[in-house]
Amino acid sequence: MKRISGSIALIAALMSFQHLPKKTGPTKSGKSTVLITESIERGKIIYLQKCLSCHQVDGGGVPHLNAPLDGASAVVGNDKAKIIRIVLNGMTDRVEIDGEYYSNNMAPHKDLTNRQIADVLTYVRNSWTNKASAVTAAEVKAVRAKNK
Amino acid sequence: MQKYFCFLSLLLLVAGIGTTPVTKASDSLKVISTAGIRAEEENAGLKLPPGFVALKVAENVGRARHIAVTAQGDIYVKLMGRVAEGKGILRLRDTNGDGKAEEITGLGNYGGTGLVINNGYLYASSDAEVFRYQLNDKGEVINPSQPEKIITGLINRRQHESKSVTLDKLGNIYVNIGAFSNSCQEQDRTPGSKGRMPCPVLDSAGGIWQFRADKLNQTYGDGIRYATGLRNVVGLDWNNQSDQLYVMQHGRDDLHRLFPDVYSEQDNAEIPAETMYALNKGDDAGWPYIYYDPAQHKKILAPEYGGDGKKEAGKDAIDPAVVFPAHLAPNALLFYTGDQFPAKYKNGAFVAFHGSWNRAPLPQEGYSVAFVPFENGKPTGKWEIFADGFSGLEVVTGTRGAQHRPSGLAQGPDGSLYVSDDQKGTIYRIIYKGK
Repeated sequence: MKRISGSIALIAALMSFQHLPKKTGPTKSGKSTVLITESIERGKIIYLQKCLSCHQVDGGGVPHLNAPLDGASAVVGNDKAKIIRIVLNGMTDRVEIDGEYYSNNMAPHKDLTNRQIADVLTYVRNSWTNKASAVTAAEVKAVRAKNK
Repeated sequence: MQKYFCFLSLLLLVAGIGTTPVTKASDSLKVISTAGIRAEEENAGLKLPPGFVALKVAENVGRARHIAVTAQGDIYVKLMGRVAEGKGILRLRDTNGDGKAEEITGLGNYGGTGLVINNGYLYASSDAEVFRYQLNDKGEVINPSQPEKIITGLINRRQHESKSVTLDKLGNIYVNIGAFSNSCQEQDRTPGSKGRMPCPVLDSAGGIWQFRADKLNQTYGDGIRYATGLRNVVGLDWNNQSDQLYVMQHGRDDLHRLFPDVYSEQDNAEIPAETMYALNKGDDAGWPYIYYDPAQHKKILAPEYGGDGKKEAGKDAIDPAVVFPAHLAPNALLFYTGDQFPAKYKNGAFVAFHGSWNRAPLPQEGYSVAFVPFENGKPTGKWEIFADGFSGLEVVTGTRGAQHRPSGLAQGPDGSLYVSDDQKGTIYRIIYKGK
């Protein structure tokens, strides 16, 4: 019984993923809203495969181990290059986020395309309580070109 | 109706505590009276077997890791992470006999996990060193600012960095040095990356090292690699009946994320067991080359080393003494030697499960204290959940949501069981009051 109620709650939690914001801040036209929504949808699939295991269903991470994405200032901040570099290169340092340290190793994801990295970051920046602008493939391309 | 019934039973339990006879002063070193101590409504949120009650001795003390209780009933708590000056170790004292700690003092400037009292000394660890402090006949640290540094220079690479300690009866101290790796891949936690052969991590980590408890400034060259092939051990305890070291291993992570063609999400959530080992000098538990599959009851070759989920390996590796579900994160092990609990608990093992994160996207599990019956220093039956409900949630979908995470265990002089929580900094005390 506990298992069943557990599964139901899990499904509910996963369903809440579907609750995506229709807008991500001011947009010029209906077309760009659709584009962002599509990017978020594609990004969610990548999140489930590559990110969820550590950063969790609720984007909350694991205390002191895996950084939270939901509500993290660096994730929704304006320095998109910083989070693009983290996805590309992974993370093997102890990192301070909003006053807490996180230390688990994160794998590099250079194998993802510019489009995929843009999608997953757009998804992360617009899920749970996060609301921030999209990351574009062009922005990822520019950061990748300068990346070590 | 059910609530009313709970309240009634609580009243009865509290009344029961109140009638416990006060012990004579001459017995006070061995038995602390529970008169005046009140169990909390709903047992502080814990689900316990019939006859057990619980209270919170203290709350919000910080990231409470391992704990120990003196013969006088003071509780020492090791705090992890950044600690305030002089607050790396806390001493909690109940000054008025109500079971709550009114007086909290501190010592030590380092964060860490390991803490144990043995033979008149308090031993405590940072993530790289082990210190000891002599105690006076009241169980108080004689010289808080000048500990003896007995072990130094242990590897700390920010992964599995906790150094847990326990002692045998011959003056040896055992220290866990966790592997700074998940499965010894060329690139840690990266899909498709191969396992390194032989795994170089094992030279300085991934095992238990033995040192002398009374010798200063020892490091790797002074110690013995007592057992190897242990990915990360946070809970360990010496079993006085079998005169043997028992440890709880944190099993490997990410079978599915790293090898999605071989393992499903459910495989990852359920296969790589958490394992208890009885160790003898020279033992190898097999990490990183194998993991233990609880359904097949076999040591299976790790996928980083060519495994397919079926190939067996680790012929020379020891078998676990007890097998637990995957990813529950056993952070403390305690052999219970008290007389307060019913006879079945005597000399058995309590295991504090910190609670999982790597079961995602399946619900997280653990956040509990388990019990394993033992006889003559060997496990004799199935493990069971002893105390549950620490998470405060019906279902834990994300680890961040768990309210409390068990991390340390200690036995009080009256046989009470203490549990620490490193999420909210709660210290619980579990008491048997009878049915």
